[in-house]
Amino acid sequence: MAYDKFHMLTSSVVPMPIENVDTDQIIPARFLKAVERKGFGDNLFRDWRYNRDGSPKADFVLNNPLYKGKILAGGKNFGCGSSREHAAWSVYDYGFRCVVSSFFADIFKNNCMNIGVLPVTVTPEFLDQIFSEIEKNPETELTVDLPNQEITLNATGQKESFDISDYKKNNLLNGYDDIDYLNAMKSDIEEFASSRPF
Amino acid sequence: MSAALTLFDKVWDAHVVKSIENGPDILFIDRHFIHEVTSPVAFLNMEKRGMHVMYPNRTFATADHNTPTINQHLPVEDELSATQLKALESNSAKNGISHWGLGHKKNGIVHVVGPENGITLPAMTIVCGDSHTSTHGAFGAIAFGIGTSEVEMVLTSQCIMQNKPKKMRIEINGTLSDAVLPKDVILYVISKISASGGTGHFVEYAGEVFENMSMEGRMTVCNMSIEMGARGGMVAPDSKAINYLEGREFAPKGDDWNELVTYWQTLKTDEGAEYDTVHVFDAADIEPMITYGTNPGLGIGISKQIPDPTDVLDGKASYEKSLDYMGFGVGQNMIGKHVDYVFMGSCTNGRIEDFRQFAKIVKGKKKADNVTAWLVPGSRQVEAKIKEEGIMDILTTAGFELRQPGCSACLAMNDDKIPEGKYAVSTSNRNFEGRQGPGARTMLASPLVAAAAAVTGKITDPRELLN
Repeated sequence: MAYDKFHMLTSSVVPMPIENVDTDQIIPARFLKAVERKGFGDNLFRDWRYNRDGSPKADFVLNNPLYKGKILAGGKNFGCGSSREHAAWSVYDYGFRCVVSSFFADIFKNNCMNIGVLPVTVTPEFLDQIFSEIEKNPETELTVDLPNQEITLNATGQKESFDISDYKKNNLLNGYDDIDYLNAMKSDIEEFASSRPF
Repeated sequence: MSAALTLFDKVWDAHVVKSIENGPDILFIDRHFIHEVTSPVAFLNMEKRGMHVMYPNRTFATADHNTPTINQHLPVEDELSATQLKALESNSAKNGISHWGLGHKKNGIVHVVGPENGITLPAMTIVCGDSHTSTHGAFGAIAFGIGTSEVEMVLTSQCIMQNKPKKMRIEINGTLSDAVLPKDVILYVISKISASGGTGHFVEYAGEVFENMSMEGRMTVCNMSIEMGARGGMVAPDSKAINYLEGREFAPKGDDWNELVTYWQTLKTDEGAEYDTVHVFDAADIEPMITYGTNPGLGIGISKQIPDPTDVLDGKASYEKSLDYMGFGVGQNMIGKHVDYVFMGSCTNGRIEDFRQFAKIVKGKKKADNVTAWLVPGSRQVEAKIKEEGIMDILTTAGFELRQPGCSACLAMNDDKIPEGKYAVSTSNRNFEGRQGPGARTMLASPLVAAAAAVTGKITDPRELLN
């Protein structure tokens, strides 16, 4: 479905230097009962963010007013676990447009790109650098430049290039999705389907 | 001479409708499973676009994720769950998709009912909005989990866009020791390469251990491929796979079947074909396994002690957070640890063979008083077999009750939630924080280890209870 186009983004960062952040943490299964895509941002990181009585946990990063922004930085193997797109939806609905990690789980990464969240994979060293600059100054900003496939740590000027296929990049820059493309090649698909043995 | 290809290459390449330059492949999908949780938004968006389902006979719907496991004949009490189930039913009806709802004789967990009805076949591409779709790889299919946007793609075009993953070979030779089950094999592999060790890859399982393994066992192994980050895993189809499927309701019959069998028999990795990553293990090194942390890579042989942070592949901070959540410490024995709950079931270990193993231990014993046990068959057909084979009597005599089929406490979307702080031995696939209920502490294990815990009330080596 339609989403905001992604071009350039300069923002402060919410740091989450934890490895293997799984989709059950991003959005626990008991919040997957909707039949529409709305309200998922409220339950992003639900059990890390709120006590059982619904009061916020003061020591969790999303409840700390020092940290805000449209970029979430997580430790390696971010988004592992289930294929629930609800995880990507909750990241988007909360207001993040970009997730930075040294390593993403495959399905989460695909889901993000399909809904307009840019996953940026950086080297472990660069990720450490991001976390340590944020520790010094919570207002530390990153600039993510999709056309040039570059991410810059503005405080130090350090930059890295990141990978994304031309196809996906074009989609994100223009707000396109795969269904438009697939719909345009229906007759090729029909021909292919007729040759299948089962 | 053409290049040597892997099994994975052969099946993948046969499904590429088109390759986009510097982009993904457009992959044709033979079979699509849907359930109530990840499909409603896909149907909704499809309708908003004014599109329709392109090949309704290639999609199959079953209700499993948030269904109750008792009193399935009554209306579903949870309003939100009931709404999702209703949406699956009406979306299926509207679009001509076969739907196996609660109470239907073919109802059950999607990855159990696909193979048992012969919908899953070798050399197919199979997807579902569920990461454990990798289960179907046991039959030599390329099967993997997808997100809801991709469910919509499959509904409307029978295709998805995917970059071809890298190839990994996991080879295990030798003979498994007593009481070592397929679940132990996969938990062992994940403990060796970590919860992210397979990311970006599709796995082929090869070697004597997998050749000698039953179809149910191969399903258990392939099921957990995702737990090391791999998109999926597969085993070359052999006579065991073919015999399992022959005659099942949706499997082709007669000449169509024979032709397919001839094709399937050619599906092997060519001599000299290359993999991006290869791991080789020895069956003799594997003992019954149990996890002690909050990702499936944190598992050890049941007789071992919880390792030092320097001996695990996870970073120190994450490892300490994990042990803290579990209430465990470095150097502790797993044997003897207290158990409050036992969950026997899921798409990983909810098949008839798993219940046979569970019954082997509990036969003639009694459920421990301190244990609440939830035994949940993977499907209505598994439930029927449990009764037919006399397993039900063994369970009942030992003080266990059998619940009705569904995903249940594996992801705790329904009422089957492990209470906060309680310890559960679970035959499911994920021990993430809160996976089985907010604050629940999960230890993943095989049906034998689960049964041993259920009758002793603590972590017990099943080898002590067999014979």
